Amino acid sequence: MPASFSLRSLVRKELMLRKTRMISGLLVIVLGIGAVVGILTVTRASNRAVSAQLDALGANILVLPQGASVSDYYAADIDSPVFPESYATRVVTSMIPGVDNTSPKLSRRMTVGGVAVVLTGIVPASEAAAKPMWQRSVLTGADLPAGCAPVPAAADGKSGCPPAKPERMRIENLGRTEALVGAAAARRLRAREGGSVVIAGKTFSVSRVLPETGTVDDGRIFIHLRSAQELLGAGRVVSAIEIMGCCSAISEGLLGKLRNILPDTRIVTINHIVSAQVGTNRLMARVSVVLALIILVVGSLSMANVMWANVEERKKELGTLITVGFGRRDIYLLLFSRAAALGLVGGVLGYLLGTATAMLAGPWIADLRVVPVAAFLALSVGLAVGISVLGCWLPARGAARLEPAAMMQDP
Amino acid sequence: MILLETAGLTKVYGRAHGEVRALDGVSLAVGQGSFTVVTGGSGSGKTTLLLALGGLIRPTEGQVRHNGRDLYGLPERELAGYRNRSVGFVLQTFNLVPYLTAAENVMIPMLLNGHRPGGRRRKADALLDRLGMADRRDFLPRELSVGQQQRVAIARALANDPGIILADEPTGSLDRALAADILGVLSELHRKDGRTIVMVTHSNEAAACGDRRHRLAGGVLS
Repeated sequence: MPASFSLRSLVRKELMLRKTRMISGLLVIVLGIGAVVGILTVTRASNRAVSAQLDALGANILVLPQGASVSDYYAADIDSPVFPESYATRVVTSMIPGVDNTSPKLSRRMTVGGVAVVLTGIVPASEAAAKPMWQRSVLTGADLPAGCAPVPAAADGKSGCPPAKPERMRIENLGRTEALVGAAAARRLRAREGGSVVIAGKTFSVSRVLPETGTVDDGRIFIHLRSAQELLGAGRVVSAIEIMGCCSAISEGLLGKLRNILPDTRIVTINHIVSAQVGTNRLMARVSVVLALIILVVGSLSMANVMWANVEERKKELGTLITVGFGRRDIYLLLFSRAAALGLVGGVLGYLLGTATAMLAGPWIADLRVVPVAAFLALSVGLAVGISVLGCWLPARGAARLEPAAMMQDP
Repeated sequence: MILLETAGLTKVYGRAHGEVRALDGVSLAVGQGSFTVVTGGSGSGKTTLLLALGGLIRPTEGQVRHNGRDLYGLPERELAGYRNRSVGFVLQTFNLVPYLTAAENVMIPMLLNGHRPGGRRRKADALLDRLGMADRRDFLPRELSVGQQQRVAIARALANDPGIILADEPTGSLDRALAADILGVLSELHRKDGRTIVMVTHSNEAAACGDRRHRLAGGVLS
């Protein structure tokens, strides 16, 4: 005989007595919670994947001259249109929230050493901040804050910028006669770090051969914007401004604000990533909300059904408890404790089921690596206990109000 | 001294085919330490009277007073407290909770009134021991004979040491020998402990145990 016989043991023993009903009640909760947790976990993994992709990509907004297309930007032909460099200053000084980095550039297709390359003039510091891939893949400098990441404060509290590692500084401090050469261009030109390349009759030392990125940058030679403007005799103009915009700011109308200050330009986003994947994520988030509501209703009704059956079956027992002094509050407590216990176990099992399903199915359905989200455990348990107690409410109310005389009859 | 009394107690049940007057102006006085027996046939209103005395059925008219207090004028919580501490029920069908052991059944009333877990256990053991059930305390009701089940039910009725035992046909499910056994237990509780007992029964043999006898017919007490 247990020394600590209590209301809790009363609930536990009753649940164990009617295992089949307990399992059927539990199954409703576990499957429902599992579905919600599964979708939420995959959605979260997908959101993170989008953020990571955008971070890796760097810029996600492109400002082009009016009438230019994205193809013109990539083609960088001699007759590609340009606009004043001061537009970039206009963006920086406007202090529009959500603009993390502004990177103006002037690009032209040309032949260097008999090899066709795209010469791109950059503002070194801006370009370093916009190209995390240049740093993560090969360079060992500190990862730069990209996308929506905040700039960490320095340990001494005097400066908001962490000290840059030497490799990053080599990009930031790119001199007027130095060049960064893309991996593919370097292969074709047989250029090495410390060597030199001659561009339009002017010699540039190769400060860095950039790591392979799989983008158009691999075929480019980057020099200082001023040097490019002088070399091409173009004056203070640029062919594009790449902007790194915060994803949430983009959805909150960042493009409209940019168009207001740059009315005679064409502003485009990396739509195929932002729209499609973010759209899918939004859809999944909405589906999970709808699913959670359906589960709340269906789960509550199922639990109500299970609890009604339980109360009907236990009428005589509940009548006995009332006879020995249980009041309405005690009957509520007893039945709610039963429901909460089912919810607690159902919530934990539902979380485990949903997380395991997401981890197994994530790579298959969305090509995502899914990791468990511990915070969803609390959500699962809360939702499951809520559903159970909600479903138990009416049956418990009915039980607490029954005439004991009626309850004491044999069922 | 009057411990429990009813005044003009009437209970009418609404039924689909009309009203049923289970009790009709019943006035009964139960003295402290008495063994009151109410006899009557099936449907005479005996059980309704006992449930009304036990704070389990709100009367349609009239009052039930315990120590002069109108029971049904009490808040629900206090009425539950009265059932828990002042009275103990012994029912014909025993009404043991099927998934709890004999000792756990005895401990149920103690869950509500602040007994410490160890104290509950000791008291349950002592009560079962007194009723000759010490070696059956860890048995489930289905593992006990009907006589043993009734003994456990009596032990449960005594759990919080109530002054009043309300017994509804306590021997109705038992054979003659077992019935005599259980009546012996109730008589002992009356004689030795000085507890007040109100028993309703259709059995004349059982009725012989009482020192006050009343008859109920058609809801009217005589």
